Amino acid sequence: MILVWLIGVLFLGGIIAWLSERLNPNYPRLIALITVLLDLVLMLTLLGAEPAIGGWVAAIDAPWIPRFSISFYLAADGLSVLLLLLTAFLGVIAIGSAWDEIKVRAGFFYFNLLWTLAGVLGVFTALDLFLFFFFWEVMLIPMYFIIAIWGHENKNYAAMKFFIFTQVTGMLMLVSILMLAYFHYLQNGFVSFNYHDLLTVETRGPLEMWIMLGFFIAFTTKLPSVPFHSWLPDAHSQAPTAGSVILAGILLKTGAYGLIRFAVPLFPEASKSFAPFAMTLAAISILYCAKVAFAQTDIKRLIAYTSVSHMGFVTLGVYAWNEQALQGAIMTMLAHGISAAALFMLAGGLQHRIHTRNMLDMGGFWAKVPRMAVVVLFFSIAALGMPGLGNFIGEFLALLGAFRANIPLTVISAFGLIFASVYSLWVIQKVFHGEYTNSEFDDSHLTDLTHREMVYYATMIIGLIWMGMYPQSFLALSQPVLLDLISSTEEIVNIVVQN
Amino acid sequence: MQDLIWLLPTYPVLGFFVLVLTAGRLPKNIVAIIGAGSVGLSFFTAVIIATQFLSSGENYFIKEVWTWMAVGNFSPGFNFYLDGLSLVMMLVITGVGFLIHLYATGYMADDPSYSRFFSYMNLFVAAMLMLVLGDNLVVLYLGWEGVGLCSYLLIGFWYINPDNGYAARKAFVVTRVGDTAMALGLFLLFTELDTLNIQDMLYAAESEWEVGNDLAVAAALLLLGGAVGKSAQLPLQTWLPDAMAGPTPISALIHAATMVTAGVYLIARTHILFELAPSVQELVGWVGLITLLMAGFIALTQSDIKRILAFSTMSQIGYMFLALGVGAWSAGIFHLMTHAFFKALLFLASGTVILSLHHEQNIFKMGALRQKLPVSFFSFLIGSLALTAFPYTSGYFSKDEILIAAHGLEGPGIIFFYGGVLGAFLTGIYTFRLFFIVFFGDSNAAHPPEKEYGGWNMNGPLILLMILSLVGGFIAVPLDPVFGHHEEHHVSGLLHGFMIAVPLVGIAISFLFFYTKTFSVEKLMSNTFAQTLHKFWNNGWGFDWLYDRFIVFPFLWLARINRADIVDGFYTLIVEISRTANVMIVKTQTGYLRWYALSIAAGLLLLITIGVLL
Repeated sequence: MILVWLIGVLFLGGIIAWLSERLNPNYPRLIALITVLLDLVLMLTLLGAEPAIGGWVAAIDAPWIPRFSISFYLAADGLSVLLLLLTAFLGVIAIGSAWDEIKVRAGFFYFNLLWTLAGVLGVFTALDLFLFFFFWEVMLIPMYFIIAIWGHENKNYAAMKFFIFTQVTGMLMLVSILMLAYFHYLQNGFVSFNYHDLLTVETRGPLEMWIMLGFFIAFTTKLPSVPFHSWLPDAHSQAPTAGSVILAGILLKTGAYGLIRFAVPLFPEASKSFAPFAMTLAAISILYCAKVAFAQTDIKRLIAYTSVSHMGFVTLGVYAWNEQALQGAIMTMLAHGISAAALFMLAGGLQHRIHTRNMLDMGGFWAKVPRMAVVVLFFSIAALGMPGLGNFIGEFLALLGAFRANIPLTVISAFGLIFASVYSLWVIQKVFHGEYTNSEFDDSHLTDLTHREMVYYATMIIGLIWMGMYPQSFLALSQPVLLDLISSTEEIVNIVVQN
Repeated sequence: MQDLIWLLPTYPVLGFFVLVLTAGRLPKNIVAIIGAGSVGLSFFTAVIIATQFLSSGENYFIKEVWTWMAVGNFSPGFNFYLDGLSLVMMLVITGVGFLIHLYATGYMADDPSYSRFFSYMNLFVAAMLMLVLGDNLVVLYLGWEGVGLCSYLLIGFWYINPDNGYAARKAFVVTRVGDTAMALGLFLLFTELDTLNIQDMLYAAESEWEVGNDLAVAAALLLLGGAVGKSAQLPLQTWLPDAMAGPTPISALIHAATMVTAGVYLIARTHILFELAPSVQELVGWVGLITLLMAGFIALTQSDIKRILAFSTMSQIGYMFLALGVGAWSAGIFHLMTHAFFKALLFLASGTVILSLHHEQNIFKMGALRQKLPVSFFSFLIGSLALTAFPYTSGYFSKDEILIAAHGLEGPGIIFFYGGVLGAFLTGIYTFRLFFIVFFGDSNAAHPPEKEYGGWNMNGPLILLMILSLVGGFIAVPLDPVFGHHEEHHVSGLLHGFMIAVPLVGIAISFLFFYTKTFSVEKLMSNTFAQTLHKFWNNGWGFDWLYDRFIVFPFLWLARINRADIVDGFYTLIVEISRTANVMIVKTQTGYLRWYALSIAAGLLLLITIGVLL
């Protein structure tokens, strides 16, 4: 029941926030903040919950459209809980980053923000595939509005591109879901969208591969991975800061979650034979996007490409499909969620202050905004995989596990570590080092981070240090889930091999 | 008390946090007390721990603090491992580190970013201690990357000049190439041996792999990749001379005494693995030999006082690699220690010279500084003597051990030996070239120094390092239990005499060229061959040129031509095609009846034709 509350509170809070704007333009942000904080507190109770059979700490299963045996089936295990916490945490941060930035139609903005978050929570907990698809769409449309209404100079193009990429590939997934349900009907005599039912469906041969690809393409578009990544740089560079935070920090992770929860377990055999291709795409993502990132002059586009590069480690880890690799993928999701969100906020903060994203116009900001410089330095260092911080744990474990599965692709992917240092340090050089110039922009508003901003960044910094120095708190939550997933897929693959 | 070993990195880490969180608001003397004091406390603790450890008679000591992560059978911990090797390293890092911190309190006194400087320095010491005290390769890697980060931050400390930023990034990226190789080595070792705990891993390697096993060779090669990056050996040596852009105490601490020797430590620490891969071990020797000679030749042609010392460092680490390559593990570490003394001394003294001459680094704009700068003069005298292995100075004992061990080795040993002797000859020349040019002759300084820069906090460390450089060779390093045996090599008295004489001849040559001016460099440089050679050496044997042409420029070119991301072009193309199609179809909607009638007729005709033909 608590899962319904988690999502319901956000839906409700969104509506109230929208309506409250009439009373006072400052109410929506306050209501949004309270709503998400409430959600965060509710989630913390999940941490103390005693897991039931199968490791589910909370679940609700109610009929929804009985005609097609579609049910309102939500459940959370350790993996979901981790991602729920990340969502709520970054939700708070996103509201913080919008606090002063969003002045126009604030009520509708926070409505969209909260509904996106609600959709994400649904995606992370839905175990009925139809419901999953429903939430998948729910998080898409408000996000479209966030970019299209509060975005920057080229917002309509970016929003439409984001919408079409996600929508088209979402349709592929819907087709796959329907086919899977139909197969269940053929084999068991009744239609089902239930995750556990569908796990038992036997799809073999080329058809299994095609159905799996429907999921794979939808998830890797969201992740994103080469070659479906090109909506991301536009979306990020045009989205308002809070939009970028949600997008990079949370929405991308739904793709990774989908791969781990659905794409591989539903199709263990096809995934196994597809793994080399997926890992190749991962390696290409890592290197190619790191290289493209380095060439960018728009600081947000640069960070967007680095996101694609880092998400390559997630794909790599997922398709290596062993404990270390999967834990690596999950830690990368969490740590990148925080570090990328922070970097987008910093870039957004810069844009807010000097009204440009062009790095060629910047330089020597260290002396002018030292606190900001140190914070950017920290998150850049985290992003390039410095041991002691969360991102290192993720990428190291992903590579360690991947090495077991595929040595050549791991070696190639490892070059991403070198590339990451090239572009990260280039940003520091271009923006903060060198001689200060302000010939291209008006620097009257170029002020250092405020105390409020420092609070957000400080929590995120502490989060990354925690993940880096004592990742056990996070690993322990996802470990039983992953072990289950690994052993069940292995069982199926073994049975198939024996037959 | 040994249980408190975790305090060693903790003090500087705390110092780092205090300095970062106060963000430069503390007065300078408080910053100095925190910055240098934290390292001093570490040193004090290290000495107590060392005494207890040595008197306990145990060969090693383990202190487990917490499990870093536990994923399947992969469970590295924040655990400390103390044995003779880490003991030596820890004392060098905290001891020499403390002296350099103390010196820096004076050297950096006028810098506005005083607090930022010490925060980086403290973080460095903590990371370096983790590197040498960690009981597993993952913690070692943490320290390894940490020192790299601090090196980057400190090389680029004066960030306003983009050249410094470039040098800093170059250092980080080039060493990261090696680090990545090392990370792959870790993956390989873990995949094959199921542990990254160093002692367990070595034990497993010894029992599972026989000598010459391919996996052992691959693993050793990958670790060597990491080592050559950090220790500025061929082929990843190009970053070190540029790293001199950092403040001079940094050059002394990071780029001479500690961080650059991490590669030597790594190989010594995993020496069992290298013994299982004799071909790689021999390669270590060759890398060392070639680097030490190349760097020696380059040093002959340089005019920047710090760059000369940088190439000399590269060359001396080459000796350490040579020692590792011939299996003289203790000798390599011994040289690491003595080198830390005399090279730190030389760098710090050069810092005093540079400051006294208002940031002049070109040795040809110095001269006749002997009387003006007496402390620097004596520092350089003693440091140079130790560097050239003058009998009974510290460098003499360690270099002697290395060369004798090389001589005792079958096969390439004889080449290693004579190569090493040739290197010592070059060392004698370039070291005293610097010495005579800077301290004797006529003054060429644009702003001759009024007085020598520095108070007790700068001169004290110099004097202590002078003493260590002189008598450091008599320190007995407790390395025998680590490397399993005591290395005892002998050569004939004649050969020994030769070894001692060669560097002295080098010094004599420098004396004749640069002191008495009996010979003239101009005359030597009069023909084109000599000039070409000079230019070639001066540019570091063209390595930068090569890497720029074949790696950096192609990468930049690729990045530039694909700035717009060709993959996006594909989607744009789809959009364009559907737009064009749209426009074309719209064009058919003309509104003229005759046009519609015509197209209907034409279509009908086409269909009939197709029907008839088929």
